[in-house]
Amino acid sequence: MKLVTGNDLVSGDVIWWTGSGWSRFIADAVDSGTEGEAIGKREEAALRVNGPYVVEAADGPFAPVPLHIKERIRASGPTVRTDLGVQAEKQH
Amino acid sequence: MSLIRFRVDEAHEEPAVTLDAFLGQSNATAVRVEPGEDARVLLPFLDRLQLIEIAFPKFRDGRGYSSARILRESGFTGELRAAGDVLLDQVVILRRCGFDALASDHVLDLAKVEEALARFPAVYQKAADAKPPVWALRHG
Amino acid sequence: MYKYDEYDQAIVDARVEEFRDQCNRRLSGEMTEDQFKPLRLMNGLYLQLHAYMLRVAVPYGTLDSRQMHMLAHIARKYDRGYGHFTTRQNLQYNWIKLDDAADILAELATVEMHAIQTSGNCIRNISADQYAGAAADEVADPRPYAELLRQWSTFHPEFLLLPRKFKIAVIGADEDRAAMKLHDIGLKLVRNAAGALGFEVYVGGGQGRTPMVAPLIREFLPADDLVSYLEACLRVYNRYGRRDNLYKARIKILVHEIGADEYRRQVEEEYLHVKTLGLDPPAAELERIAAMFALPPLDPNAPGEIERSDPDFALWLDQQVVDHKVPGHAIVTISLKPTGGIPGDASADQIDAMAKLAQVFSHDELRVTHAQNIVLPHVRKADLYAIWTRLEETGLATPNLDLVTDIIACPGLDYCALANARSIPLAQKITERFANLDRQRDLGEVKLKISGCINACGHHHAGHIGILGVDRKGEENYQLSFGGSGAEDASVGKIIGPGFSEDGVVDAVEKALETYRGIRVEGERFLDTYRRVGPEPFKAAIYEKAPA
Repeated sequence: MKLVTGNDLVSGDVIWWTGSGWSRFIADAVDSGTEGEAIGKREEAALRVNGPYVVEAADGPFAPVPLHIKERIRASGPTVRTDLGVQAEKQH
Repeated sequence: MSLIRFRVDEAHEEPAVTLDAFLGQSNATAVRVEPGEDARVLLPFLDRLQLIEIAFPKFRDGRGYSSARILRESGFTGELRAAGDVLLDQVVILRRCGFDALASDHVLDLAKVEEALARFPAVYQKAADAKPPVWALRHG
Repeated sequence: MYKYDEYDQAIVDARVEEFRDQCNRRLSGEMTEDQFKPLRLMNGLYLQLHAYMLRVAVPYGTLDSRQMHMLAHIARKYDRGYGHFTTRQNLQYNWIKLDDAADILAELATVEMHAIQTSGNCIRNISADQYAGAAADEVADPRPYAELLRQWSTFHPEFLLLPRKFKIAVIGADEDRAAMKLHDIGLKLVRNAAGALGFEVYVGGGQGRTPMVAPLIREFLPADDLVSYLEACLRVYNRYGRRDNLYKARIKILVHEIGADEYRRQVEEEYLHVKTLGLDPPAAELERIAAMFALPPLDPNAPGEIERSDPDFALWLDQQVVDHKVPGHAIVTISLKPTGGIPGDASADQIDAMAKLAQVFSHDELRVTHAQNIVLPHVRKADLYAIWTRLEETGLATPNLDLVTDIIACPGLDYCALANARSIPLAQKITERFANLDRQRDLGEVKLKISGCINACGHHHAGHIGILGVDRKGEENYQLSFGGSGAEDASVGKIIGPGFSEDGVVDAVEKALETYRGIRVEGERFLDTYRRVGPEPFKAAIYEKAPA
């Protein structure tokens, strides 16, 4: 599947496209199919995301799992500080 | 395109010719220098040049700043125009390097340009403008 | 230490407001990210893996307790309670919000600090010997010249949009503690036969994708001509440095492609012209600056004996403390490399604790080292036990300076958007594998440096042992190299063979060090043995096939 991601312009937080908006949690991300680039462009123009791009992911038991390690670390937080980042928060 | 000038004389009407064309024909009074071209080849002709346009195809390419200073250091007093991808956040350094005209591909708000130029109360180094560096102010 | 006057303060304050305006224009959409990026970078603001990152300048690595306390305060108020000391003697925060950035800079400005030119294609923070002004072996304190260059390079109108970033280091001693020859320009203070002060000027060193040791471009540059000469060096680079390829844009490529002799010729020609422009500040300006770097009042009759009966203290003393140029005094290095820790990270509480120690025991001065440690430069030997006791209480008394666990590591893929592999977990595993201090001390000086990508922020090329993380088909893979040095015997390490997994590279490091133990001769460091025998014995040990 193809996810759209980028950073929140103000906070810098990693965010994922949910189909209707943006979430800090990759569990909320949806497959953007062939629309990823167009969604990114439109949302960036509206200042709702900074530097959007499309990443490849696989279905996972709880949330999509990006194929590349860099995106997996972006989705969770630093592996050396598990007390920081999204991984340290209770999801929903 | 917007043209902002910091000179009192009339804007030069004649279009600037390329450096190659200028060196080939002897009567032009306005020339355009691209980032990769050596401004020093113009030094023998400074007396009769009224306008030298320095091209900034991309604002990130800073070669034009050296070209400008070299021309001013060699005594050029005509119009030195920065042309192309000229943005608000570069006007301070452009002025300090000796540019006295900005021909931007973007819309530059004159009030904001003036605000930017008035922002820094002092400068650390001597450049092509008349601003005294702080070391001169400190030691009279 | 340098103190701002009204001009310095006014310039830094104006910069805060300029940056506030730039951030607001970005937040309002008036500026695109493409336009904003070079502007924010020129003020040390990156967009990294998890958030914005702000790099705060610590000019030539020197700061006082008030500034150090401010760094702790910002870590608590705007970040997540810690900071990361970098190989350019700066400090960076990893969790910054764009709409806080200008407020942070405003707070920094109240203690004469800023983030000016800590990134971007401009002249970066000038680095210097962390023992400057305190070392017995220096010709003169390099920091007054570093400050002179800080001012010259700050908002230099001609050199803010160079082909690529530009790093300058200044040292004043034969022992190179600042990796001077691996900089775009390295300056070494020397005296000529007539006793006059000047510089050896090295140009075109660097790490990254194409590591190079800088060639000597000028044997003796009179100290008074420094600004003019560097103006000429930079102008030649700005005009002729490559702009067609990001990876070939550093000055080292220009110097390499046209040759050191031709670069020197062009600089000397430009210098003849530039020297007529009156760009050099008068001698009075250097004197004004130098007066602020005067040695603090240290009593040369202070007692020199140290009570060593506590064995843990004695260990720390032998590893972390060197003599000061004034008898009865010492220079202390505080290790930020605890076993299993993150190299260079310090909590806000630790930053405060170090500030307090500096205020009480070190004439209010601290230094950041390029090896990501902190120095207390002016302490009485009689106070060393008290200092050590307090360091013990805050987890800062690790006695491993220059040993194998004193690792330089870039933030790597845990934080950095450019990285290909993680650096920190590897550093943690190596410090755990070699946690036994007797073993570390037996292995002696080993400079182990880890980078998470080819940009080499972790100085792996200059490591006696260097590790480079690469991306191999989406997997982290680590290349091992030996024989590099960032010191006065500067050299670039060579890759030993095929790469390893994370655990594999830890094993390979151990095999290499055990090989060294077996073949070293008296007094040889790992690096010396490697240089004497070459790579073969190490290669054989590392890649030997396990018995069937």
